[in-house]
Amino acid sequence: MKFKVRGIDTFASTGGRPFDKNKPLIIFVHGSGLSHMVWVLQTRYFAFRGYSVLAVDLPGHGLSSGESLKTIEEMGDWVGDVIGAVGCKEASLVGHSQGCLVTMECVAQHPEKIKTLTLMGGASAIPMNPELLKLAEESNPKAVDLMMDFAHGPAGHFGGHPVPGLYHLNVGSMIVQNKEIKDTLGVDFRACDNYKNGPEVAKKLDLPTLSILGAQDRMCRLKDGKILADYIKGSEVKIIEDCGHMMLLEEADQTLEILKKFIAEHYPLPN
Amino acid sequence: MDPKTYKFDTLSLHAGYQPSKNAGSRQVPIYQTTSYMFDDVDHAAALFNLERGGHIYSRMSNPTVQVLEERVCALEGGTAALATASGMSAIFLTIMTLCNAGDHMVVSSQLYGGTVNLFRLTLPKFGIKTTFVKPRDTEGFKKAIQPNTKGIFGELVGNPGNELMNMPEVSNIAKEAGIPLIIDSTYQTPYLCRPFEHGADLVVHSLTKWMSGNGSSMAGILVEGGTFDWMQNDKFPTMTEPYEGYHGLSFAEEFGPTAFTMMARAEGMRDMGPCLAPQNAWNILHGLETLSLRMEKHCSNALKMVEYLSNHESVAWVSHASAPGHPDKELAEKILPKGTGSMIAFGIKGGKEAGAAFINNVKLASHLANVGDARTLVIHPASATHSQMDEATLKFAGLSHDMIRLSVGLEDFEDIVNDFEDGFRAAKKPRLVANK
Ligand SMILES: Cc1ncc(COP(=O)(O)O)c(C=O)c1O
Repeated sequence: MKFKVRGIDTFASTGGRPFDKNKPLIIFVHGSGLSHMVWVLQTRYFAFRGYSVLAVDLPGHGLSSGESLKTIEEMGDWVGDVIGAVGCKEASLVGHSQGCLVTMECVAQHPEKIKTLTLMGGASAIPMNPELLKLAEESNPKAVDLMMDFAHGPAGHFGGHPVPGLYHLNVGSMIVQNKEIKDTLGVDFRACDNYKNGPEVAKKLDLPTLSILGAQDRMCRLKDGKILADYIKGSEVKIIEDCGHMMLLEEADQTLEILKKFIAEHYPLPN
Repeated sequence: MDPKTYKFDTLSLHAGYQPSKNAGSRQVPIYQTTSYMFDDVDHAAALFNLERGGHIYSRMSNPTVQVLEERVCALEGGTAALATASGMSAIFLTIMTLCNAGDHMVVSSQLYGGTVNLFRLTLPKFGIKTTFVKPRDTEGFKKAIQPNTKGIFGELVGNPGNELMNMPEVSNIAKEAGIPLIIDSTYQTPYLCRPFEHGADLVVHSLTKWMSGNGSSMAGILVEGGTFDWMQNDKFPTMTEPYEGYHGLSFAEEFGPTAFTMMARAEGMRDMGPCLAPQNAWNILHGLETLSLRMEKHCSNALKMVEYLSNHESVAWVSHASAPGHPDKELAEKILPKGTGSMIAFGIKGGKEAGAAFINNVKLASHLANVGDARTLVIHPASATHSQMDEATLKFAGLSHDMIRLSVGLEDFEDIVNDFEDGFRAAKKPRLVANK
């Protein structure tokens, strides 16, 4: 669905169901250079089970207009504004990778609006390899190849997509490459690299939080994901074996099962 | 710093398959089953509604076939693939997913005969019309585009005349018109050419040929490059507008770079059902393991064959993009640097009768209606593959009565030559031996 946030055309997938502001809202926030398309194996499920779902495209990403936001802080604030823009007062947030930093910032800036937080493949900081950052800022497609290499676990490198016929590495690669790399991935990588508030923000979080981590994650390593979870009071941690950074696709079913349980417990549908 | 993603030969052996999820079986298992158990009703509903990935019924997908799909997809550099019962069904499914009644296609005139018939005779029955353009007539592709044109379709190296379509330029024409370029890359395989790197948006194959190499099984595949923006104009409403069959799902919005394949499976496979048998998928996978090795030898044997035929007194002309003086040699060197494939057409002196005598007297080369077998194959198109065509269509398709089409196999080159010498000897006195 298209709607305006701060006057700018914004796209969010509603998971195949018309948006209804009276249902509990779950917002999904994608990682660097990506879009709503990475969430298809989680969003449709919730959308057809009584929730309103928004898998947003950050400004300048996917089908959203505008320019990419330059800092994690701005992106976090923007996600907070999405909630009001669709006529809601509160939401649960699910972030992946950079989206973890963004959703944590959103909670820090709009604590009253956020009910639960799920972090997938997160870390309290995502410092970028300088060479990778430079390639992305130069729109060099090699940046995307490197990203896809790091983002997928050993199993994902062979394939075995949950949706028959899809090939992990190239799907991710084309989502990024269908935009100007420097304007999306380049800006996002720089924002991640610059962001230093992670540990402080994490320590102040006070809401039901779940971390889903891939045992073979080479983008945000398992140990860094665990450190982040340790900062967060009472955070649940679920580790998916044989899985890289793209758990939402590489192990979509396991990811969905974990998320389903967490949402059912902490953000249940009204009776 | 370089990505450590697997390269071509490794992918041809491993892509799409994980032994750890298949009882440790090193070879891909054949899932000889029609259907798959649901965990519970919620799981079933989620699968049917494309909320989760997985298998429901083998008309839609099958785990063995899935490995083949991912493997070809990886080799082509595509985002998604859909395997079909034959090359023809891959083409049919592609066009039926792309077009509605009242739509139009621009198509290269030098195609496999079956594909010509599909566009010329069968698709009009569904209200889909075609304008044919000669493969070298790049401007012609542009001129043929109408407001209701939904795509450009062609074989990179036309069959059987070996004329090249200028894929990079034709792809620019397609881009300008906001329509996809679809390439039938059967003759090249991804070993010789990866059309997505030259501007194609969709690729189809008859896997019956070089991809399998063993001549055992029929199969086809559609591969999506993930490059085409279906939402750039209003030409593709079935891709962009809510689709009734799945609760108002917009394939382009939801699946982006895999939207076409998702649609082709969800609608085309569901309703038309040309699914690939798992045993056949396995046979093709078996062949794919040696794709590079075979294509290398196909091409080196073909080069020697071109030289042999070019210097033969009984041969009037030889057509292969590597042949000296071939008008497309330069383009071929650019987009087919590893070789231009193993299809050769040549004219035999003495015309139709000599051709028939040649065919009837070779013994090692197999006379049959296929190409891309590991064995050397010969045929006389005017009397076989293209025999349903009238004189004018034959000429437009670049055919002549003296033409012999040769698919060079992997035999020892000397053995092929010895066999051909017998054929040429007989062709010199066709009246005596033509009907042996
Ligand atoms: C270039 C080309 N495309 C498509 C086909 C049709 O494929 P199949 O015979 O697998 O249906 C053929 C078959 O000869 C072919 O040569």
